[in-house]
Amino acid sequence: MAEITAKDALNHDEIRRLRLDARRRYLRDSYVLWRRNPITVVGTLIILTLLLIAAAAPLLATHDPYNQILAERLLPPSADYWFGSDNLGRDIYSRVIHGSRLTLMIAILVAITSGPLGLMIGVVAGYLGGAVDEILMRVADIFLAFPKLILAIAFAAALGAGLENAILAIAIANWPGYARLARAETLAVRNSDYIQAIRVLGAGRLRIMFLHVTPMCLSTLIVRVSLDMGAIILIAAGLGFLGLGAQPPSPEWGLMVSDGRNYIVDQWWVSTLPGTAILIVVLGFNLVGDGLRDILDPHQRQS
Amino acid sequence: MGNYLLKRLATLGITVAGIAVVTFFLSLVVPLDPLAAIAGPQAPQETVDRLRVLYGFDQPMYVQFFRYLERLIQGDLGTSFQTGRPVLDDIIQFFPATLELATVAMVIAIGFGIPLGVLSAVYRNSLLDHLSRIISLIGVSMPVFWLGLVLMLVFYFKLGWLPEPGRLDIMLIEPPRITGMLMVDSAIALDWVVFWDALRHAVLPATVLGLFGLAGIARIARSSMLDVLSQEYIKTARIKGLSEFMVILRHGLPNALVPTVIMIGLTYGSLLEGAVLTETIFSWPGLGRYLTTAFLTLDLNAIVGGTMLVAISYSLVNLLVDLLYAYLNPKITLAYADG
Amino acid sequence: MDARVTNQPLLRVEDLCIRFYTLRGVVHALDEITLHVNTGESVGIVGETGCGKSITARGILRLIDPPGRIVKGTVNFEGTDLLSLSERDIRKIRGSQISMIMQEPKMSLNPSMRVGKQVAETLMVHDRSLNKRAARAQALEMLAAVAIPDPGRMSRRYPHELSGGMAQRIMIAMMLVTRPKLLIADEPTSALDVTIQAQIIDLMNDLIEQIGSSVLMISHDLGVVAETCDRVIVMYAGNVVESGRVTDVLRDPQHPYTQGLLKTLPDQVDADDVLFSIEGTVPSLLAPPTGCRFAPRCPHVMERCRVEVPPITPLSSDHDVSCFLHEPG
Repeated sequence: MAEITAKDALNHDEIRRLRLDARRRYLRDSYVLWRRNPITVVGTLIILTLLLIAAAAPLLATHDPYNQILAERLLPPSADYWFGSDNLGRDIYSRVIHGSRLTLMIAILVAITSGPLGLMIGVVAGYLGGAVDEILMRVADIFLAFPKLILAIAFAAALGAGLENAILAIAIANWPGYARLARAETLAVRNSDYIQAIRVLGAGRLRIMFLHVTPMCLSTLIVRVSLDMGAIILIAAGLGFLGLGAQPPSPEWGLMVSDGRNYIVDQWWVSTLPGTAILIVVLGFNLVGDGLRDILDPHQRQS
Repeated sequence: MGNYLLKRLATLGITVAGIAVVTFFLSLVVPLDPLAAIAGPQAPQETVDRLRVLYGFDQPMYVQFFRYLERLIQGDLGTSFQTGRPVLDDIIQFFPATLELATVAMVIAIGFGIPLGVLSAVYRNSLLDHLSRIISLIGVSMPVFWLGLVLMLVFYFKLGWLPEPGRLDIMLIEPPRITGMLMVDSAIALDWVVFWDALRHAVLPATVLGLFGLAGIARIARSSMLDVLSQEYIKTARIKGLSEFMVILRHGLPNALVPTVIMIGLTYGSLLEGAVLTETIFSWPGLGRYLTTAFLTLDLNAIVGGTMLVAISYSLVNLLVDLLYAYLNPKITLAYADG
Repeated sequence: MDARVTNQPLLRVEDLCIRFYTLRGVVHALDEITLHVNTGESVGIVGETGCGKSITARGILRLIDPPGRIVKGTVNFEGTDLLSLSERDIRKIRGSQISMIMQEPKMSLNPSMRVGKQVAETLMVHDRSLNKRAARAQALEMLAAVAIPDPGRMSRRYPHELSGGMAQRIMIAMMLVTRPKLLIADEPTSALDVTIQAQIIDLMNDLIEQIGSSVLMISHDLGVVAETCDRVIVMYAGNVVESGRVTDVLRDPQHPYTQGLLKTLPDQVDADDVLFSIEGTVPSLLAPPTGCRFAPRCPHVMERCRVEVPPITPLSSDHDVSCFLHEPG
């Protein structure tokens, strides 16, 4: 058998180049698949629009969202008040526009708190195993024994009404799902050759868990979080509707629907329009989530 | 199979214990003083102190916890602050209403969801398919409370086709209570007027509640039907000379129903969540509304009792779904494994 | 076997042309196939994967799903062109006059239905007067005929509880219970263990003789075809390149492809010999080569081959070949 000489093996530069090429190809294929699916494109456009509106809210609003002109309360949609005015004489359109910032903020904050938290707990539980795993997963199971909305309501009520508490409450309701997912990924990855090799090289457990295992779970988790975005927004809106989320006079969409509840018969626009905004945004996230799932499906990629 | 069942029941037991602990500590996290809320802002300090002793809040934490467990085992869930009755009585009163609503919602979700999904798959890429997929997507994106308001606006206020929020017309008398479910009790009593009225009142909230589930079920039914229709045994059935209708009915549907049934079980969870909001909108006197009010008024005993019931029934349903899956699974996975 | 063979073609496929209209273009799966099966005869179709054997089978039963389409041709069965029948009428023929056994028996059976019921179903579809009990009784008889032990109990099993060989017996039972005139077998033994293969082949031969069916046996395994068939048809890239009596074709192949195919059999190969393989690869049917489709790989290729499609040239009373090497004159 011939010996493999040093010059036969690939050097670092070549390896890096090959990896970059592979990644570029992956991204390009993803883009093609994305573009092919009109539903995903629509969803992405909705989300981009949301981001745009949130960023440019002060520019897009026609009135001050907090300004009450009681003489002009409950006016129907007109040239002046594009979405009409609410029971305190505020312009609903401007409130919806500004409310987009709240919606986005809630979604992002919940994602960046519950995501990493769940990830860490899941990786630790999956990698260390034993008693640690049992305890952590029992705790997660207990949380998962409650429907998410009810758990969020419970914690929001316990912590007291308010936007920050609501975000915390939803995050508490959310992390167990991610922990379970991260744990499953960790278990799958734990005995892979790659991790074994690093262990042989003498890396400590903490290092392995955070520098090596965690990145491997990252992609699955990110997908799951994006798929959940729609649900998170619905829960947040639910809390707002019940008065447990953002407090008046915040232009939070769920709260706005609740405000208009008593006027639904004759002044339908007060409740209906903010609710439609919720619908469109959640729809956008769900469409993108669906498309994301399709793009990442290995069957599709092969064609 | 028996071992699996035992293991799951044990897990359930631990989970229930954990639920009890969590809900207890939940009540302790509350920053506001519930006693002050009950007694009212004007109450003199002695009243508040007496209430404290009465409800046992003066005892140290662990004593409170053990008394709580003690009472729990005896089935005493404490007294509700808002109704003044034992929480257990409240639950027995309100649970059937939610059960009734959830059942009608399930019937709607399954009755429309499965046919929609199946037809969507059979007539793939037709107008029906596209429409149903859009409806499904929109269905899972809608805020439940908003949908309730909109439908109530359209069908009650504007069109008058469906009755006002609530379970029964004010003028009608409820039938003698056997199960607590109006439709069942009135059917038993052969009181068809009440039955019909109760049904009419349930239609709107049940539709709102069930729509989310309908969308989910239709999606799974469609995707699993599509999966099944691409399998070899469907081709075999055609070779045997069966008509397309029979192929779908006898060979496609039974196999596609397996994942769908799992989904149906999972839908129950979403019904519990939706019930909370739906009952609030439609003034439906069920557990969801009771629990929501309890949360908002910080009625601790009611919160603890109600949440525990919800969690336990949710866990039970999940357990049933898992068992169902384990039962149906070997048949399916083994067939694919060798393929 | 020879005594049964008559000269009336039970099945005659003429100029069958099937194309698939896919996103990437038109796949010319079958290009004017002509073949026939006589009553009481057993005909084999051999060729590499992708040459169109299975599509031919499905085309005969008119089970080509979109984006595939039968573009032209006739499938003449007992005097009727199957391609011109209504959907209702052809369903009457499927399963009762013409049946098909397929490659993966466990995947081809409904996983949620007991196997006995699946066998009985074929009977009940075609004979409305049959009640459940009678159908069940006949199904049990059939299970015994395919040598399934304890038919009563086995009939209540589900497909995933059976071994591959058992499942294939069920398939055979299911497809022969109506005593069809023509049985198409699409790679019936390819998914089975070698030891079981022989059993299944023997079983099939016995039953076919008992029932008197004709057989169209599709296989990439020349050995199986040699053992069971009277005639053989060699296909390549959607075309029939050679056909004739098994003994003739295998002993004295005339088409360069058949010759190459036979050379690839590791029959009398010494340990030091290099295994023969035909150079080149099967052409993509999206853009099939003009002229003879084997031209790019043919060791005897001539200029003409690349331009014109060779017609079917009869060499003797029962040996046809499609090659310019044998053109008369």
